[in-house]
Amino acid sequence: MPRVVFTSNLQRHVAVPEREVNGATVAEALAAVFAQSPQVRDYVVDEQGHLRKHVVIYIDGKRIVDRQRLSDAVGPRSEICVFQALSGG
Amino acid sequence: MSDRLYVATRKGLFTIERKGGRWSALPPALLGDPVTAVLPDRRDGTLYAALNLGHFGVKMRRSKDGGKTWEEHASPAYPPQPENAPGSPWKLDQIWVMETGGADEPGVLWAGTNPGGLFRSRDGGDNWSLMRGLWDRPERAEWSGGGYDLPGMHSICVDPRDSRRLTVAVSTGGVWQTRDGGETWDCRASGMFALYMPPERQNDPNVQDVHRMVACRSKPDVMWVQHHNAMFRSTDAASSWQEIKEPALSNFGFAVAVDPNDAETAWFVPAIKDELRVPVNGELAVTRTRDGGRTFEVLREGLPPAPAFDLIYRHGLDIDAEGERLAIGSTTGGLWISDNRGDSWQCVSAHLPPIYAVRFA
Repeated sequence: MPRVVFTSNLQRHVAVPEREVNGATVAEALAAVFAQSPQVRDYVVDEQGHLRKHVVIYIDGKRIVDRQRLSDAVGPRSEICVFQALSGG
Repeated sequence: MSDRLYVATRKGLFTIERKGGRWSALPPALLGDPVTAVLPDRRDGTLYAALNLGHFGVKMRRSKDGGKTWEEHASPAYPPQPENAPGSPWKLDQIWVMETGGADEPGVLWAGTNPGGLFRSRDGGDNWSLMRGLWDRPERAEWSGGGYDLPGMHSICVDPRDSRRLTVAVSTGGVWQTRDGGETWDCRASGMFALYMPPERQNDPNVQDVHRMVACRSKPDVMWVQHHNAMFRSTDAASSWQEIKEPALSNFGFAVAVDPNDAETAWFVPAIKDELRVPVNGELAVTRTRDGGRTFEVLREGLPPAPAFDLIYRHGLDIDAEGERLAIGSTTGGLWISDNRGDSWQCVSAHLPPIYAVRFA
């Protein structure tokens, strides 16, 4: 199962422990996180479901390409890092 | 007079209290977070703060104990964006202003946002709905950014005689009014002019860049506007606007306040002009009219002399409910309070973070 890790800066606002979830894409993996912790959704994606402008996601160290539908594939042993983009200050 | 002032800054919410004849700051709340709007609800004592977290978006906080403890509550959210929808993306970028509904509407809150949508909550911020009657107007496609990339609603005036009558202002998108609680809207910026537009569009009400609009509590048909290239006043509830022909120092600025008990008295904080947004002659000054805008006094006692580069932004000027005490907060972190309607000012701090809004409790 892919592992999802969140920036510690987000922990200041909402608890998001590292966790392993089911999913073959970023969208599926995040959906599993949001199902467990609904309050996290609004911090990561906007109301249109797009990745927030100043949030960035890496899969095994590679930045995702599809920031709208979050369709980038993740492998069963992938690590998905949800970080802050420095463009956000 | 109000002995408590809330100061929304780029790095937290500061509460300033007067005790023993002195103003002093309590420990800051929400330290480090940009607070773009603050609203003390005088109906039930709840304090609301809108955050714009650099990475994680707009978040709402409210406090039931005057700012000691806070809880998160729902943020306004735009509905799904239809394909090929004209205008700005349907995404909440910022809460620019919050106001309470009327005294007869406990729990009703209004939020003006970038990109220009107006939201209403009927339950103290647990749920919000976009006022589609205004959002769906075709004129919105012509609204533009003014100060920010996206159009923004910065002023909401609820008529104390009839809570269903709201007048709002958009930068840039003119002045809009509803008389049925937000279902239908009319553009009401007739008489304003926009020198930054081509000649044939300068009188178009929908392109007017109102920087800030306020209404007199005791005489709500009288409204005052600081506009991008002029100051205006209306005496007929925004049906028509008249230019203030002879302002003091400059006709450019962002903030305006009106005496809640005297519609003839208003305050402005001028800057030089559009392309030079600093105080005139480098001296911070407030101007006051007591005759409906015919003449102005320049008030400087207690404000910094040159070189001072404090700019008072849209929500950086407030007057208390009694109409006696004023506060101004600057984009360079200066905060001043006047106990005598602007005659003289006391510096509370010159070292706060950039100030977005000041608001008396």
